[in-house]
Formats: sequence, structure tokens, C-alpha cells
Amino acid sequence: MRKIMATMLAGILALSMVACGGSSSSSAAASEPAASTPASSAAETSSSEATGTELSGSVSTNGSTSMENVIGILSEQFMADNAGVTVTYDPTGSGTGIDAALNGTTDIGLSSRALTDEETANGLVGTNVALDGIAIIVNAENPITDLSLEQIASIYTGEVADWSEVGGNAGAIATIGREAGSGTRDGFESITGTEDACVLSQELTSTGAVIEAVRSNPAAIGYASLSSVEGQEGIVALTVGGVACSEETVLDGTYAIQRPFVLVTKEGQELSPAAQAFYDYALSADAADLIREAGAVPVA
Amino acid sequence: MAGMTEASALAGAFPQSKKHKGKAVKWIDRTMDLIFLLCGIVAIAFVLVISIYLLVSGIPAIREIGLIDFLFGERWAPTASQDPAYGILPFLLTSIYGTAGAIVLGVPLGLMTAIFLAKIAPPKVAKVTRTAVSLLAGIPSVVYGLVGMIVLVPAIRDLFGLASGACLLAAILVLTVMILPSIVNVSETSLRAVPKEYEEASLALGATEIETIFKVTVPAAKSGIATAIVLGVGRAIGEAMAIIMVSGNVANMPSLLTSVRFLTTAIASEMSYAAVGSLQRQALYSIALVLFLFIMMINVVLNVIVKSKKEK
Repeated sequence: MRKIMATMLAGILALSMVACGGSSSSSAAASEPAASTPASSAAETSSSEATGTELSGSVSTNGSTSMENVIGILSEQFMADNAGVTVTYDPTGSGTGIDAALNGTTDIGLSSRALTDEETANGLVGTNVALDGIAIIVNAENPITDLSLEQIASIYTGEVADWSEVGGNAGAIATIGREAGSGTRDGFESITGTEDACVLSQELTSTGAVIEAVRSNPAAIGYASLSSVEGQEGIVALTVGGVACSEETVLDGTYAIQRPFVLVTKEGQELSPAAQAFYDYALSADAADLIREAGAVPVA
Repeated sequence: MAGMTEASALAGAFPQSKKHKGKAVKWIDRTMDLIFLLCGIVAIAFVLVISIYLLVSGIPAIREIGLIDFLFGERWAPTASQDPAYGILPFLLTSIYGTAGAIVLGVPLGLMTAIFLAKIAPPKVAKVTRTAVSLLAGIPSVVYGLVGMIVLVPAIRDLFGLASGACLLAAILVLTVMILPSIVNVSETSLRAVPKEYEEASLALGATEIETIFKVTVPAAKSGIATAIVLGVGRAIGEAMAIIMVSGNVANMPSLLTSVRFLTTAIASEMSYAAVGSLQRQALYSIALVLFLFIMMINVVLNVIVKSKKEK
């Protein structure tokens, strides 16, 4: 234990020596971020030196776990088009991703909520890359066609346990949700305000399983991303507060159960050419089909 | 005459070739021995590597959560933003209840089938039944799950008037069918291995056929039947795919008609989205470790029982 501590201390000291050019008296803790900043800016300059038609270097993205599919499919295509570039993705959560963009520890922060006023005041810029619409689905035999956001929330928290309470046929409601860690669950629960309060009858591990469970159970209600629900037989996507769930209503903002996927960058801080190229690519019309394939609604 | 020369030619050629081959044969033998040894070592290495990996990756989370809170905590909410909880008692109990339920239903059913096949059925009927049972063993577990999901779950929902039929009962029924083949096959073999004299003696003393089966044949085949149960337990407790589709997967404390989550399905359902390095992911490894130790324990206990019965 003592040995490890000693080695670490020595390491930190050495690091601070290098960073401060041997100037003493600065505390090790304070010098550590100082030591990392020049290093990362050095990396940026070295990648910008390599400009030309061939892009190279690495692009780091960090943040929302819900954006895994979208970022995954975009980076895969981007890396296939630009052989010299690696795009990394750290699924840490929107909060961490925004912090990382603010600290400059990542090239592009990922957030699955809009930035707060405070965050934009700190110099962060959020650009929507896609919108995530979550459809509420019931069995085709269910006469219900519309629920309000409040009704959906109270069904999922167990306050409303019978379909007759929301205007349907009498019968217990089977609430079907997704497993902990799923982006769709995170999105649904944060928009309906039911975080960690959902009482579920079934917790399934894929969109397909949710749709199948709703299809086979007349008493079921479930949620799934918009793109996967379209064209499915045996299930009906409800209108929420009178608005049908479609790409148009998600885009114009009238459909309530949706959230933005945001690329977060810092104002005034220039991205490396590779990062800039990836950023532009994600927002381009070329990426729209891929984003749709990943289950989200492209804005471009 | 011609035959004679041929034979003598062979006799002449053989010792020579044997002399030549002698070294080669020895060499081949040694190499094969080495290859067999290596294969044995590979098997041991796999067990060791898996055990060590599970221990190394499973222990940190248990230490962080606390063994008591981990094993006996009733709440599992690893991604809750406030007050996350990592109690796996619901999974543990579900796995125990589910396996016990499958054994309670499956063993009598399987044993009766085995008795029927070994002692009662006419050969032709036995052949058809045996083929059906071995076909049952060849069905992939995902197919059991699918049939359970489409047929069994809605049936349970209608029968009990539930909102959702995905529950412990559905999982038990699926597991029961899944463990039947191993129970039937192993019990049948052990029933057949009972010496004819025992049964003939019993029948000669005036016992009926059924009396003979239950009082002579089955007790004599006891250790084989116990082995069948061990196999059944092993299959039931380790199954994930079939029951993830019918059990509903909510981390409730188990009861027959509620949605439940097993140790296996807890790992399977959350692993894909658990962030690397998070306590949730580490806790899933810890569940795997618990499951591993659990299966080891059951095997050891049942083996001891089987052995002590054999010695008597």
C-alpha cells in the first residue's frame, strides 16, 4: 500500500515537474489538470497539421447512453468513409457528456436533453442531430385511441390499474416496459416524470419483444421508438393529448413524448478537422437515413 | 501351393515391417498421449480461467455493496438516480422456487414416463415414446420460450384472469418440460439396469407388478434416479433463454402469478446496456459469481447424497 502511494506521488510529482517546467511550489492536485490541457491541445494541433484531403486522428464523443444507436451507426459509416479516423464513444450519461464538453475532455459531448440556460451561459452550444419520438402502443383490440401524458404517467406508476378508469373496457392493465439502462426507458420515464416509479408487469429487453408482448395481450400497454412501430400489425400507436405520433409531429414539436439528441460543443473552441468533419457529417442530409435506421427522427 | 507362398511371403515380410514400425508406433503413441494430456489440461484450464475471471470481476461489487445487502437486499434498482439498490434476494428466491417447482412437477412425470418405457410399454409404443422424448431434448431453448410466450402465457392470463400471463408459473411449466428428457433418459437406463432376479423374486413371492416396480425396482435404481434429478436441477437453474421470454422479467419478490426475474435472466437482460465500469455492470458479474457458486453447491450436495446412498 505504502509502495503504491509512493509510486503514485512520485508519478504526480514528475508530471507536475514536466508541466510546470520545473517551477516548484505548485500543489500536485492543481497541476494535474494543467498538465493534461497542454497535452490534449498538442494532440489537436498535431492532428490539424495532418490536414489535406485525407482526414486522420481520433474523434472522441462522450455522453448520453440513449444515443448509442445513432452515434454507433454514424461513426461506423464515417470511419468506413475516412479510413484514418477513429471515432470513440463513451456512454456515460448526458450530464457527464455535457461536463466533458465544457472541460474539453471530449471533442463532442452528447446529450439527450436540451441544454439548460445555465449551460448555454457557460459557453456551450447545443445542436440537435436528431429527435427521439417514443410511441405509446396498445393491442389492436383495445378501444382506447388517446391518452394524455398524465394518464400515461399514472398508468405506469400504478395509480390507474384498470382500463375502465381511462375510458376503456373494464380489465386490469398490463404495463410493459424496458430494462434498466435502456435508452427508450430512460427517455420515456424522464418525459413522463416517472423515473424509478414505474410499476411494470413485464420488463423486456428489446423493442421487438415489447411490440410482441403488446400484440399478444389485449390488456397491455407499452412504449417503443417511433420508427419500430410504423407498419406493425396487431398494435396501435395511441395519440397523446390528441396528437398522433409521426415523424412530422415529432419534428414540429407537437407530439409530447419526444426529446432531442444534442451534439454539445464549446463556443469559440475550434474542433480538430476530424471532429469537425464528423460533426458536419452527423448534421448532413447524408446521415438522415442512417439516423432513421437507428430509430430516431433526423432533423436535417 | 500359390496360397502357401503368399502366406510365407507375408510371414517373411511382416516381422521386418514390424521392426521398422516399432519405433514409429512408440513415437505415435507418445505424441497421442501428449495430445490427450493437453486436451485434459485445456478442459481444466477453461474451468480455472472461468472461475478466476468470475471471482476477480465479481468480488469488487460485492465488497462495495456489502455481502449482506447484496444477497439479502429485496430491492434491485441499479439505475435509479436517487438511492440505487443492488439487492438480489428476489433473483435468488426466484431461481430456487423456479427450479424446485420444475423438479416437483418434472420428477414424478419423468419417473413415471421412465417406468412406462422400461417396464410397462409394449416395445413398439416404447420406441415411439422414446423418440418423442429424445426429440424434446433436441429442441433449442429459444423455441421453448417462443411457444411458451405465444401459447402458455396467454393461456395463463385467461385462466387466472390476470393482466399479464408472464409469471413464475409459466417459467416453471416451461422448465418442467425442458428437464423431462434428461430425467426420463437417465432414470430409464437405471431402471433397466436393475437385475431381473430382484423383480422375479418379488413376483414369485406374490407381489403384483405395480408393487414390484415401486417397492423393488425403483428403490434399487435410486442412485440413477438421484443422478437424473441432479441433471434436471442443473438444466433448470442454468436456463436463461426460454424463461426470459415467459417470466416477465420484473425484479419482484417471487410469487406464483407475478412477473419475476431469475439469476440467469437478470444477467442476460441488463448486460447489454450496463455502462462499462459502472457498479451495475460489476454487480451483474457478481450475480454470475453467485449463480456459479450456487450451481457448484447444489452439485456437491447432491453428489454427496448420491454417494452416501450408494455406499449403503
